[in-house]
Amino acid sequence: MDRTFDIKHYRGFFSITCLCLVILYGPLIIVMIYSFNDSVSITNWGGISLRWYVEIFTGLESAKFKAAAWNSFSIAIMAAIVSTVIATAAAIGMIRGGNFKGKFASFALISLPIMVPEIVTAVATLIFFSTIGFKLGTLSILVAHTVFCIPFAYLPISARLQGIDASYEEAAQDLFANRWKTFRYVLMPIMWPGIVAGFLLAFIISLDDFIITNFIKGAGIETLPTAIFGSVKQGIKPNIMALSTLLLLFSIALVTLSYFIGKRGEANQNTQQ
Amino acid sequence: MAAGTGSGSTVSAIFSPVRFWLLLPSWVVIGFFLLVPVLLMLTYSFLTKEFRGGVIWEFSLASYDQFLFDRGLFGDEAPVIKWTYINIFIRSILQAFGATIFCLLIGFPTAYFIATRPIQSRTIWLFLITVPYWVNLLIRTVSMKFLIRDSGPLNELLLYIGLIDAPLHVINTNFAVQLGLFYSYLPFMVLPIYASVERYNFTFSEVASDLYASKVTILWEVILPVVKPGIIAGSILVFVPSLGAFLAPDLLGGAKTFMIGSLIEDQFKGNAGNWPFGAAASMILLSLVLVVLMFYVRAQNKDQT
Repeated sequence: MDRTFDIKHYRGFFSITCLCLVILYGPLIIVMIYSFNDSVSITNWGGISLRWYVEIFTGLESAKFKAAAWNSFSIAIMAAIVSTVIATAAAIGMIRGGNFKGKFASFALISLPIMVPEIVTAVATLIFFSTIGFKLGTLSILVAHTVFCIPFAYLPISARLQGIDASYEEAAQDLFANRWKTFRYVLMPIMWPGIVAGFLLAFIISLDDFIITNFIKGAGIETLPTAIFGSVKQGIKPNIMALSTLLLLFSIALVTLSYFIGKRGEANQNTQQ
Repeated sequence: MAAGTGSGSTVSAIFSPVRFWLLLPSWVVIGFFLLVPVLLMLTYSFLTKEFRGGVIWEFSLASYDQFLFDRGLFGDEAPVIKWTYINIFIRSILQAFGATIFCLLIGFPTAYFIATRPIQSRTIWLFLITVPYWVNLLIRTVSMKFLIRDSGPLNELLLYIGLIDAPLHVINTNFAVQLGLFYSYLPFMVLPIYASVERYNFTFSEVASDLYASKVTILWEVILPVVKPGIIAGSILVFVPSLGAFLAPDLLGGAKTFMIGSLIEDQFKGNAGNWPFGAAASMILLSLVLVVLMFYVRAQNKDQT
């Protein structure tokens, strides 16, 4: 036993792993700490305070931030719902639809939004909307986000579906359940953790998107990332660090939630089998 | 079909009669709002530019010509190869390549270390690596800018402990962009390599060790060839988004660190305002990415046979 461990173990790999985590978390933690800085300067430390958090909600730019937050969250919720529904249907068609001609092409089309570089998607979408005369604004952002979110919702849902034994659905079919009932009462209760995980990831992807939104938002409409970008272009300000900290903690909370839902789903699945 | 044969061995087909209707929404939405736009972008790259953005619907090779050749101020001189844009592409490829190497140097040992942990702690380590990916890329890039700027915490710390006498000037250099790309896509390198190492059978290492191979030899000659697909997958997941990155070069770099992403953005949002040229630059970027992806698919097929 001891020997196997020794062969597996390479000296220094643990230190590099720690370095990797320091690199990944260091900058985020430092911004979090400085967001509580009481000083107007972002360089000097002036004691701990919540003034910049208060500033986000009541300060000069609060109206802008509120509008941006409203846009971001309403777009993210709608894009996530629509893309999750589309992705769930597609996952069932792909995983439970048997072998068919064009299965690979279909998979390639579903993963296209991930394959194409984001900036190319942004350019193509802008050109498309302006050619067909689609007015740039909240609706154009919603459409683009929905398309972009589909593969991100599809991946956890299809992974989940692949892990489910088809015998449950076959049993339901043997008991004369129609396809809808088989989905609603048999498949859905087992695959919901995958669907929730897909929904949450789609939600975060939409909430975080900057590049596509920046291209097609049109004049006067901001989401949180475009508002933050616009502000940062003139220099990093303490209120932006507070806003970033809030958004960052929100994303981490959602990912953690999605992780535990997935965990719970796995545990359920294991007891069922 | 026997029940309990496992979902991998048999293809379930319960929903095959309605398959078409289940897949249709995704085909229509992605086809109409992404595939058609990409084709339209290809068309745009062959059109004539109109001042202040937009196009005139007349066939023209001007965008690609402008990309490659210099024909003098009035466009009547003999074409000379122009390096301005080619250099931007070369720089982007080098930056993306450098970021990939850096990610590999840190990512491989990390992935290997996590994959050799006991199963219970593996998920926690993996979770720690994944979380930063889901944090807004813009916020992460801004955090990096905050950290490495001339009067930033990193310089203050180095000055305080006396390692340097004057602040290091990192921001707005190629190195800063490199660091930003590395920081942005590091988790992408760890995850696929982890998946490969996890499947690696350590009996191979034991056998090699019994044959008096040193640990370094085992790593190079036994482990690396087996986990190569994970390394290739990770490298592509870092290289491709780095190539078209916009945020890292824009926020951490300066005028001298212009990359493809910034060049494209400038045509649509910035001062350049040349839509067909932006479309052509996007097409060239997309072609580069497709070449890389095709190389990946071929490498994967080769490994499977």
